[in-house]
Amino acid sequence: MVRLTDAEQAMCDGAQGPAVAKAMDLLIRYAEALGAESFVETNNVAGVPGSSTPWLKQYYADQGGDYRAVFSHFDLDSDETVDVPRMNAFSCHLQGGMDPELWREQGMTEAAHDNFVADEKDVAAHGIQVLKTCTPYIAGNVPVMGEHCAWMESSAVVFCNSVIGGRTNCEGRESTSAAMLAKRIPDWGFHRDEFRRGQHSAQVQVQVDDVFEWGMLGYWTGGTVDDTIPVLEGQIGAPSLIRHKHFGAAAASSGGVEMYHMVGITPEAPSAEAAFGGARRGERFVYDAAARKRTWESLNSVGSSRDVDFIMLGCPHYSIEQIAEAAHLIEGRKVHANTQLWVFTSRAVKATADACGHTRVLQEAGAYLMTDTCSAISQAVPKGTRVAGFDSAKQTHYLPAIMGIEGWYGTLSECIDAACTSRWEGRLS
Amino acid sequence: MSSEVIEREPDIVFIGRRVVGGIAEGEALVTRETISGWGGVNAMTGTVIENRHELKGVSFAGKILVFPGAKGSSGWSGVFHMTRLAGTAPLAMLFNVMTTKAALGAVVTRVPTLTDFDRDPLDCIETGDRVRVDGDAGTVKVWKARSS
Repeated sequence: MVRLTDAEQAMCDGAQGPAVAKAMDLLIRYAEALGAESFVETNNVAGVPGSSTPWLKQYYADQGGDYRAVFSHFDLDSDETVDVPRMNAFSCHLQGGMDPELWREQGMTEAAHDNFVADEKDVAAHGIQVLKTCTPYIAGNVPVMGEHCAWMESSAVVFCNSVIGGRTNCEGRESTSAAMLAKRIPDWGFHRDEFRRGQHSAQVQVQVDDVFEWGMLGYWTGGTVDDTIPVLEGQIGAPSLIRHKHFGAAAASSGGVEMYHMVGITPEAPSAEAAFGGARRGERFVYDAAARKRTWESLNSVGSSRDVDFIMLGCPHYSIEQIAEAAHLIEGRKVHANTQLWVFTSRAVKATADACGHTRVLQEAGAYLMTDTCSAISQAVPKGTRVAGFDSAKQTHYLPAIMGIEGWYGTLSECIDAACTSRWEGRLS
Repeated sequence: MSSEVIEREPDIVFIGRRVVGGIAEGEALVTRETISGWGGVNAMTGTVIENRHELKGVSFAGKILVFPGAKGSSGWSGVFHMTRLAGTAPLAMLFNVMTTKAALGAVVTRVPTLTDFDRDPLDCIETGDRVRVDGDAGTVKVWKARSS
């Protein structure tokens, strides 16, 4: 049985209104399912509160079919419709379903856009920050080490735990929506010291230096350790935000890694001993030239035609540094008539890209800088796409499977060249 | 809840820890592969859609789903939640590895669910066996479809 503090019991008893009581009811059921004994307080929650498809609104038509109905019955898993107040925790909306301006280019209908506009209005009215990104940590929500968070989005979760030393499990829509109201999440998993210790050792025996190489190492790591916590050591080059972002997203998609340690690099791994919380344990895996080659071949196994009609960048959402680099590489060139280039980022980062002139450079080249979503989330690709190219191992993992297309994995430079020539010339050097 | 009275004693009885209470009885669908929610299941049909999954194309609607655990996107609970609304949810779930995805998913799917067993359900239940899950008592009773 989960122990409640007096304040938590009062929330259950309705001291903060019926929606908070429903949120506590769900969180208690969730904590008991996990086997958690208590809650931690959180004031940093990221989810997709109340956003819904027209199907879900129609399903709750007899309850009003509106944001209130969806939030009550779906987000809070309540059998009654309750008034939903302003959220109590610092709450952020993660990625959404379409670009607010380029939705027609993404193939969205007028009706879907109307639904999107209505939902966003309700999200903002409930005090939820409209970040609309899978990278909240570069769009205005940067946790600090030791901070208890309740986040969805596997690539953000692994970044928060591993790179920052923040503490979050891979939460779901219902638990994050409830946490936004109750400011509580079960004290289980990554909130607890003993759970954060390394479980397997990974020796990196080939130099891993750029985003492309970090992405491949991440993809190999997830495929090797599944959802356990790896401790990586060896020839890992200088770390950066972008490198971690691509490593973690890849590891989370190929295997479900929610936390990793890199000895001498990540904050909870000043030494191997610290990372393991004692002696090394688990298995010892090796990433060498052969493993690197196998990883590249696996990522590129769904591509046979080199005639590329779509290049998708921005998974996870591009940082300003990446947009600047893409704009620099394409300046003075044109996207080929047979190819489209879509670059995805958050609205916050796009505002900076607009100010810097990067958006204009991309537009003049015939590319689009889009926000809020990505091809996988919104299942949006240019009409007739058969072969796509990516600089993200995560998107290479998901999009071809979701859309039934071919896909290639390469460097940003290879992607820009392919966008301008319509030919994929990616090679493993 | 019990849809059929079985006269004979169960072939196997074991216990687990309650994840979600309630009682359900039905035919087992067993997989040794973890299940992805978002991108891995079509909620409208309860069908596994993940490429290369051994259950690809098979629906768990109305079955006792026996699986190692959840994997993949944080959208797991949302997709299983949708199966309840669409009427395609499993009757009950038995899984070995506890994760936040599987715990929250089971809670919002609202079907009897157990974990932490005293023997591995993957070793003693096969697809087609009749299974009775008592989420409140923490018991699993199995009637083998064919004698081993």
